[in-house]
Amino acid sequence: MHNMKEALIPVIGEVTDIRIDTPDVKTFRVVTPDGKKAFDHMPGQCAMLSVPGVGEAMFSITSSPTNTEYMEFSIKKCGCVTEWLHQMEVGQQITIRGPYGNAFPVDTAFAGKDMLFIAGGIGLAPLRSVINYCRHYRDRYGKIDIVYGSRSKADLVDYNEILSEWATDAGVNVHLTIDREEEGWDGHVGFVPNYVKELGFSTDKTAILCGPPVMIKFTLAGLQELGFAKEQVYTTLELRMKCGIGKCGRCNVGAKYVCKDGPVFRCDEIDELPDEY
Amino acid sequence: MRKCVLADKNALLAAMAAVSRLYVPVDGADKQAVFSEWKDGAVLSGKLNTNRSAKDFFFPQTENMMTFKMSGKKLEIFDTRREHEDFILFGVRACDVRSFTVLDNVFLSEPVDTYYANRRAHGTVVSLACNKPAETCFCRTFDIDAADPEGDVVCWEDSENIYLTAKTEKGEKLLAALENVTEACGDDAADGVKTLVNERLGKLPLAELKADKFGGGKTDAFFNDPAWDSLSEACIGCGTCTFVCSTCQCYDIKDFDTGHGIHRFRCWDSCMYSDFTMMAHGTNRPNHMQRFRQRFMHKLVYYPENNNGLFSCVGCGRCLSRCPISMNIVKVMKTLGGKEDA
Repeated sequence: MHNMKEALIPVIGEVTDIRIDTPDVKTFRVVTPDGKKAFDHMPGQCAMLSVPGVGEAMFSITSSPTNTEYMEFSIKKCGCVTEWLHQMEVGQQITIRGPYGNAFPVDTAFAGKDMLFIAGGIGLAPLRSVINYCRHYRDRYGKIDIVYGSRSKADLVDYNEILSEWATDAGVNVHLTIDREEEGWDGHVGFVPNYVKELGFSTDKTAILCGPPVMIKFTLAGLQELGFAKEQVYTTLELRMKCGIGKCGRCNVGAKYVCKDGPVFRCDEIDELPDEY
Repeated sequence: MRKCVLADKNALLAAMAAVSRLYVPVDGADKQAVFSEWKDGAVLSGKLNTNRSAKDFFFPQTENMMTFKMSGKKLEIFDTRREHEDFILFGVRACDVRSFTVLDNVFLSEPVDTYYANRRAHGTVVSLACNKPAETCFCRTFDIDAADPEGDVVCWEDSENIYLTAKTEKGEKLLAALENVTEACGDDAADGVKTLVNERLGKLPLAELKADKFGGGKTDAFFNDPAWDSLSEACIGCGTCTFVCSTCQCYDIKDFDTGHGIHRFRCWDSCMYSDFTMMAHGTNRPNHMQRFRQRFMHKLVYYPENNNGLFSCVGCGRCLSRCPISMNIVKVMKTLGGKEDA
């Protein structure tokens, strides 16, 4: 009994790189002290990171499972744990445990499909894992469209990768938008939901939505106007979590626990949940 | 079945205490019944049940989970778990024994909570049938038989004897160790007590309370019931119901910096507290009615949906007698569905 693996006891993760993405988003590269990936995951799954003495919080794993060397987390500064993470330096050890939750059905429902990724702001963090997975196994998927919007150009997370890798891929179309006009931006200006409607995608695609709740709500409505069924649209939910294994009670909505039954849900599955997410 | 005359009960308990550490219900200094370690000659509580449930023994109110040491950028993690020693819980009522099953479904399902599993593996539960169930009791609503409890060993008391029978391997092991202080008797020896208790149970004010209308798949039927507003109105959100509840299992995990190491501990929490679901950007249950509703929907609908219809209430009645505003799950059950006014 004593030697049983305990799901709540983390391992040490060392931060080996910190990239400043936007004024309030940094991307942290994490490996074990001996330089390995802490564990394997699938796109959409999450990990608990903690700073002992400050607290533990759940984050989506931004890097793709196809990256076998390390994990990356794009984290927005917005609370106690994230503020601490933002002020730390390379070489800092933190704790990590996981993976938690289900994953996007990349090898089943998504296989062979044209993919439409729609993200707003930091909502790109969980989608980046799927996007790069689909790009890695390019022949398993059809056309890939990526719609990404943020408040300003400076708020686009990892703009470099988007421009130099995604936009140059064959069969990948990137559609960027920012909320308000600004100098040096000659791309689209406007909110994501309207932009999606303007772009008018064909309804044979599988759509994956992630962003602020209000963006999800209006984008889903827009997709439905275009003729998309809720069964074709996937998103992720985010609630307070402490254990990550469906026991502490925090992320319970209806009979579901977002930490283990989610965070990925199809929009018709979300409709079946009581309106408390 | 074995028996022991009541006059020798102290010797019986002494024999149990010789097997492993024994906890029995006694009246504490504050006159409240509490499970305490048995001492020779201890007077057992005459109260029907302990103030707090017996869940503390498997899921304590607070427990240290691990320790960290941070020096500069370096971090060390210490697994502070240790093997628990065997213990015996004597005098657990049928409702509380069932609560262990409710908790098992949560903590022993994969991935197993080893803190809980460790305690559970080392605990032997000796249940005691209720002789005088209280007006706040409604265990029958959830198919729990106070006259014939579950447990590793089950006991009944009449005016002369205490009867014991083993229901599990652990129980048989314990009974074997008590052979010198007990004697064999017929399996029907406790039938008289059972019949008497059943009569009493049938006459309780809540004897006819039914849970049939609740259960898995009933979210739509009750979630938007207008009665939630009036039911939750007077609730002050103190969390007493949660803390005395034998099945409530929500917990928090927090860090405490002692100055020479950081303890990560967990403690009971309540889904009715406003900060329970609070995140940096807000909460998904901003109003009190939603948090009140969550606790009861979980016990009556969500938990059964995930656990083959088993309810996460055992009818122990603690919340009925402890709630400062006299709100409780019985009122909620009666009111929902529009049969009675709140």
